[in-house]
Amino acid sequence: MEVTTKSMPYEAWKDNEYIESLVNELKENGTNVIVGSFDKLINWGRSNSIWPLTFATSCCGIEFVSLGAARFDMARFGWEVARSSPRQADFIMVAGTIVHRMAPVLRRLYDQLAEPKYVIATGSCAVSGGPFKKSYHVVMGVDKIIPVDVYLPGCPPRPEAMIYAIMQLSRKMKVERFFGGVNRKEKQQEFLKEHPVEGVED
Amino acid sequence: MADIQERIAGQFPEATFDTSDVLTVEIPDSKLHALARFLRDELRFDFLVTIVGMDWVEKMGCIYYLQSTSDHSRIAIKATTADRENPMLHSIADLWHIAGIFEREVYDFFGIVFIGNPDMRRLFLSIDWKGYPLRKDYDPSLNPVPTENERQSDFTDTYVEHSDGKVVKEQARVFEEDDFVVNIGPQHPATHGVLRFRTAVDGETIRKIDVYMGYIHRGIEKICEGLTYPQTLHFMDRMDYFSAHNYHHGLCMTIEQAAGIEVSRRVQVIRVIMDELSRIASHCLFIGTFCMDLGATTMLFYTLRVREQILDIMDKTCGARMTFNYETIGGVMQDLHPDFVKDVKELLAVLPANLKEYDKLFTGNVITRNRMEGVGKMSREDAITWSVTGPSGRASGWACDIRKTHPYSIYPELDFEQVVMHEGDAMARFKVRMKEIEESAKIIAQLIDNIPEGEIQAKVAKVLKLPVGHWFRTVEGCRGAFGIYLESDGTVNPYRLKIVPPCLPAAAAVDHLTRGQKIADLITIGGSLDYIVPDMDR
Repeated sequence: MEVTTKSMPYEAWKDNEYIESLVNELKENGTNVIVGSFDKLINWGRSNSIWPLTFATSCCGIEFVSLGAARFDMARFGWEVARSSPRQADFIMVAGTIVHRMAPVLRRLYDQLAEPKYVIATGSCAVSGGPFKKSYHVVMGVDKIIPVDVYLPGCPPRPEAMIYAIMQLSRKMKVERFFGGVNRKEKQQEFLKEHPVEGVED
Repeated sequence: MADIQERIAGQFPEATFDTSDVLTVEIPDSKLHALARFLRDELRFDFLVTIVGMDWVEKMGCIYYLQSTSDHSRIAIKATTADRENPMLHSIADLWHIAGIFEREVYDFFGIVFIGNPDMRRLFLSIDWKGYPLRKDYDPSLNPVPTENERQSDFTDTYVEHSDGKVVKEQARVFEEDDFVVNIGPQHPATHGVLRFRTAVDGETIRKIDVYMGYIHRGIEKICEGLTYPQTLHFMDRMDYFSAHNYHHGLCMTIEQAAGIEVSRRVQVIRVIMDELSRIASHCLFIGTFCMDLGATTMLFYTLRVREQILDIMDKTCGARMTFNYETIGGVMQDLHPDFVKDVKELLAVLPANLKEYDKLFTGNVITRNRMEGVGKMSREDAITWSVTGPSGRASGWACDIRKTHPYSIYPELDFEQVVMHEGDAMARFKVRMKEIEESAKIIAQLIDNIPEGEIQAKVAKVLKLPVGHWFRTVEGCRGAFGIYLESDGTVNPYRLKIVPPCLPAAAAVDHLTRGQKIADLITIGGSLDYIVPDMDR
């Protein structure tokens, strides 16, 4: 199955092996014809209107502003507007460094997002700590606190790269099972259990 | 300066002097407050630039940099204590308002307690942080990533000295007992990053704001101590990412002057053009985000148009849209792109029309004027005692532009005005920035046609070692005076690299400016001060 979005040619994607393995994994137990068709319909809608949370801590946030402005204009892809409340957003673009003091706050924001929710780790800091690897106060990658769906390297990534990352996310959403698929939710719960942050349960 | 030295020696016979950089007066802690008062009142050093906390292993202490607002000369006070267990110094928070915040920063990083400071809490790190990270013997394994929500306390400590010399720790309330406290931030779109205000309100009126910083404190100063000089440069891009060129310029200039490296005229010109382009881009984004804070979302799209044009120019020459890492010690990374002159001229050609458009759309708008005029008034005295420099300070009638007061690079030869306004309200802060765009364009126009030929990189030792000593330099960032304190022990790494951000005082002054104002004006006032949170947090 060739999964693509926004009329991107399939060959133009960088990591088709991953999406193929994901599809195979999901298909292992067979697909119900009726539920499968509903899944496709729902996912078509979902993957074309993912709205980000306005969340930026540093430099990457400014590129995110550029992404929203007229030149790069993310609204043309259906990512429309950044929402200020996590309750109205589909995914967090973790744009910037996350430090110790911010870690519980980010986790709480993640918990407040409505299901299904996604995370893009934007920029080297969010991916791995980046240039602040030796710091005493920086979390070395947001995947220590919340599960990450797409990693987007760069310092900061250009708006074009951000577009690509969100497209990758929408591709991932396209193959997921919305109805039958509890796999994703289970994985999330597992992750959250392994990385407990007390007192921020939603 | 010799005259000043004599006058201080006459009043304080125990003072010793060091004239290797800025005149530094070393004084025992007991006379610190008296000397600071003498310098402020008698010798007119009325602007506290910064307090540099220091750990020299055998002793700890602070260096206070003062500046005169009349003749712009600088002086430094140095006070030390040999006690590492319970280091204490006397506070000067009653002389300068901003000193209270600076002292909290030193306490946070070095654990030096200031006797008499009314609010001795941590500033950047959380309340349960163990140890003091900028001490040389700090162990980072003490503080893993927290798995719990941050503990919150409504109390603060003060250390009071009794008449018999005994220092007693006392507790005080941050807010009144019956205050209604609303939390704003750290995740709030109008705080320009992750800044947190605990706001005591009486209906719609703000009674007090307690500012919490450190939600993006990345420990740059400590990391730099383990890096070589060229490696420290790239952090300058990542603090105030709008002033990337200016901050780079500042650190490169400090290191070059310390190492005695001469840079060519071509490099100087390129650096100044880049600084001023950054300033235009930064002020454009300020106008956009500030208007967006006030609800005029469309302005962002207009101002980003100019910003994108500048970013394209940068992209061609520096290879990046942000975080350029362009200036190097002794030069710049690459030569200018062949299109550079053409592109900049195109920018200068469209700029006046754009500014006119901003004025037409926003400045004269009746809603704008109602929301901004007379809101968040800051007097000149307030700006000085809170050390609010840059366009915000100049809007209060304080001529504090480093390009004029302590000219560096080729600025003395250039013809430009220092924009100063006297209203001190949000509108004035907005207008100063609008005018500064014009002034920056004027500077670029003078230079763009005569960029001299020459080397773009001076010869610099592969392994750069600075001589033993200390240097304090400032440059004008887009948001105010940006300072670098560099201390070298003769090795390849800096012994201490203290960064003096212009945004820290601006955020600290929010409490003072918003008292008695409406809560909706908090957004106007915060936006007009234009602080960048990663800059203040470092």
